[in-house]
Amino acid sequence: MAALTLTIDGKPVSAPAGTTVLEAAQDAGIRIPTLCHLEGVYDVGACRLCLVEVAGSNKLLPACTTQIAEGMEVWTDTDRLRKYRRMTLELLFAERNHVCSVCVSNGNCELQALAWEAGMDHVRYPYQHPQLEVDQTHPLFGMDHNRCILCTRCVRVCWHIEGAGTKNVAGRGADCRIITDLNQPWGESDSCTNCGKCVMACPTGALYYKGVTTGEMVRDRRKLEFIVTAREQKQWIA
Amino acid sequence: MDRLKLATVWLGGCSGCHMSFLDLDEFLLELGQRVDVVYSPLVDAKEYPEGVDVCLIEGAVANTDHLELLERIRRCTRVLVSFGDCAVTGNVTAMRNVLGPKNAELVLQRAYLECAQDNPMLPRAEGIVPALLPKVVPVHEVVPVEHYLPGCPPPADRIRAVLEALLEGRAPALEGPQLKFG
Amino acid sequence: MDLNQLLAIKERELASRKPYTLRVCTAAGCLSAGSDQVKKQLERAVAEAGLSDQVEVRCVGCLRLCCQGPLVHVDPVNELYQKVGPETAPALLERVRGGAPPLEKADLQHPFFTRQFSIVLANSGVVDPERIESYIAADGYRALHDAVIEMEPREVIQAVMASGLRGRGGAGFPTGLKWSTVAKSGGARKYVVCNADEGDPGAFMDRSVLESDPHSVLEGMAIAAYAVGAEQGFIYVRAEYPLAIRRLRMAIEQARRLGILGSGIFGSPLNFNVELRIGAGAFVCGEETALMASIEGRRGTPRPRPPFPAESGLWGCPTLINNVETFANVPAILRNGAEWFASIGTEKSKGTKVFALAGRVKNTGLIEVPMGTTLRTIVEEMGGGAPGGARIKAVQTGGPSGGCVPAELMDVEVDYESLTRLGSIMGSGGMIVMDETTDMVDVARFFMEFCKDESCGKCIPCRAGTVQMYGLLTKILEGRATARDLATLEELCDMVKHTSLCGLGQTAPNPVLSTLRFFRHEYERRLRPERHVASAVQPVTG
Repeated sequence: MAALTLTIDGKPVSAPAGTTVLEAAQDAGIRIPTLCHLEGVYDVGACRLCLVEVAGSNKLLPACTTQIAEGMEVWTDTDRLRKYRRMTLELLFAERNHVCSVCVSNGNCELQALAWEAGMDHVRYPYQHPQLEVDQTHPLFGMDHNRCILCTRCVRVCWHIEGAGTKNVAGRGADCRIITDLNQPWGESDSCTNCGKCVMACPTGALYYKGVTTGEMVRDRRKLEFIVTAREQKQWIA
Repeated sequence: MDRLKLATVWLGGCSGCHMSFLDLDEFLLELGQRVDVVYSPLVDAKEYPEGVDVCLIEGAVANTDHLELLERIRRCTRVLVSFGDCAVTGNVTAMRNVLGPKNAELVLQRAYLECAQDNPMLPRAEGIVPALLPKVVPVHEVVPVEHYLPGCPPPADRIRAVLEALLEGRAPALEGPQLKFG
Repeated sequence: MDLNQLLAIKERELASRKPYTLRVCTAAGCLSAGSDQVKKQLERAVAEAGLSDQVEVRCVGCLRLCCQGPLVHVDPVNELYQKVGPETAPALLERVRGGAPPLEKADLQHPFFTRQFSIVLANSGVVDPERIESYIAADGYRALHDAVIEMEPREVIQAVMASGLRGRGGAGFPTGLKWSTVAKSGGARKYVVCNADEGDPGAFMDRSVLESDPHSVLEGMAIAAYAVGAEQGFIYVRAEYPLAIRRLRMAIEQARRLGILGSGIFGSPLNFNVELRIGAGAFVCGEETALMASIEGRRGTPRPRPPFPAESGLWGCPTLINNVETFANVPAILRNGAEWFASIGTEKSKGTKVFALAGRVKNTGLIEVPMGTTLRTIVEEMGGGAPGGARIKAVQTGGPSGGCVPAELMDVEVDYESLTRLGSIMGSGGMIVMDETTDMVDVARFFMEFCKDESCGKCIPCRAGTVQMYGLLTKILEGRATARDLATLEELCDMVKHTSLCGLGQTAPNPVLSTLRFFRHEYERRLRPERHVASAVQPVTG
């Protein structure tokens, strides 16, 4: 596999052909914010937080799905990108009911962390306050749609790591919902294997373990990476 | 040196941010040397005065009294600080908005009629009990705000950082985890 | 099926022609005005008058002047009758007898007709879309035959490239280049897809082609399949076009029965089959990657490109996706030659474009004009201007992805580049005329509401951004917004345009940006002053 060289934020980086810009940046210790990206599952380029500027292109490209090219000049942290990232996060917070103070994931939430990283001290857009349900029918897990950002990590994990195909997306636009099977209460699902991988994958407090306190809501995302590495590369990395 | 004219108010809030303010502990003594608290639930002022330099506003805008007071505050104050998550985002106070256009009616019915043990009755006293607004909003959706102090409540050191900046004539520059909501 | 048999069908069909032909438009527009009843009454009248061997009553496609339907064209006298009703239709037989029927006649010398140049619509209103023999009589499938028997696939691609044909779905990508890329992509299996989803509000170009001349699309697809090496084609047609679907099904079945679709077409090595895939009501499925996801049975949401469909499309195979109108141009290009096609239009935009002229214009209907025709010619000369002599204010092109061209700039030549320079796009051909009663902010909000409702929801800028932009436009319309709100709207437009995942989100801000560019005063006069102004940060002591 040929090794290509490129520069990211002025820093020369080399990586094998077929690597994504995100992977190359991570290997070089350069942090690009992400939300819909989850180690071990394929990328969808949906959250738009990882957009980067590439010299010679007037389009912003998602680092998670863009493959590196020889001589590529990538900029990950310009004023323009920071402005767009902050606006994206503000749109997310205004879209549903993200009340950090009463959320079980307060302090262990990727959305919350990205917000303060981006310097978001308030949301300039009017809050939409949709009326959304909380599904507590499953014996072990809960789903609070108020906190869901539709990153679809739970869906991808359920289909491509567990293989159960329980979680899916229904609806369109702001009416999208993460559903269980044929839009049934989670507790009545025939396909759910109770593996909890979806909860492990969720970046916010939308999917949570029942009976767990805020302080305990630390998720071991590396467990998912471990499973995929074990399956695909026959390597057991503890 | 002129003392800074400081005011604090709580609108639709739980006063937790004010408790956190009191957590400033010894700094309060220093603060007392440098500011005049001209209006606050913690002092005995009846009317919001004019010529206020800085006002810390706790709580979301939830009833007609809040609206009225906020308009006066904006007119009479140079620098407004949205103080705490309720003021910055609406927070718990704004959760009734999800119930739709009749949310105010619904919460009053639930609290005072359905859940009442004795004497179920909606509170009504013309000119005394203010009407609930149809939608709870953060402070900046009613009046422009200069600075934001998130947190539920904001920890005392965060409050101190903002106050110190304002006292020195700087814009407060909270960054990173100091901006964490919740 | 070989050439002799094809020509024999043509001869037989032409020989069966009668001295008089009454062509009744049965495309959706006239049909909705009762043209099926008109046709029935005409047939009955002809039979009762004993004129069955003199008069053919033929169901045809769009006769262009949709606002005056039902339309009936009488040959050989070349007269077009408008607003023909079932009761008054039999009077048309007067014309056959040499008299003057007391029916309204359209003025075929009006620029609406004389300025049209029919390539895509050449058979529309002439052939019977439900009979393949009628298509063959108009030299249908001759181009396909000649391509597979006399040309190499790369020669076909060269011809399309030399013609200068560009994608008619809106993007205007050079068609020959796309075909060439698919042809060069490796892989045992390739696909040809026709995008017949036509979601733009007010657009009915593709619908008209499918209802009036479905075979031209099939022939174009078959030629493409030969050129790129595909054996399976799909036509993804929106479910809201039941007549188009029915006629396509009939066309496919008839072509199959004659061996023009299937194995060994015209005795050549080309095998090509076409299947329909019906949409389910999502505008976003007109976006090519969402369309392909839908064909694959998955949720119709777009995916990032690259990779492009030409390299990796349906089921990972190289896929050629083109619009209905693009395919419909191909048989004519091969029949008449690439130079002929390239001699029409402008330097960078060759050929013609079909437009659905609608809105505040007298002559609403279907037109096809050479690229480079000015908007003024189309709207004022052909369209006859706004009804009641009202002043035209602007022309909206490109649907929810497009923009408005103000009346002062209507001398712009319609082609891909010129419209883009003015902040609009050619789009798929929807053209909506607006007069002084139109509120431009309301227009912007209408299109934003559409985008908000049709957003697939995958990416945040489009899903949440269209909601907020719609809210701001409503606030402005209702007089509750300030200058700061307008600035917030413009900032959001910029962000959504540059960060959205697919064309829907990327172009959703266009109507706003376009109306702000040319009609900013309509926004600004609605703004209310700020009640308070925040202080600039000042020293607070001493």
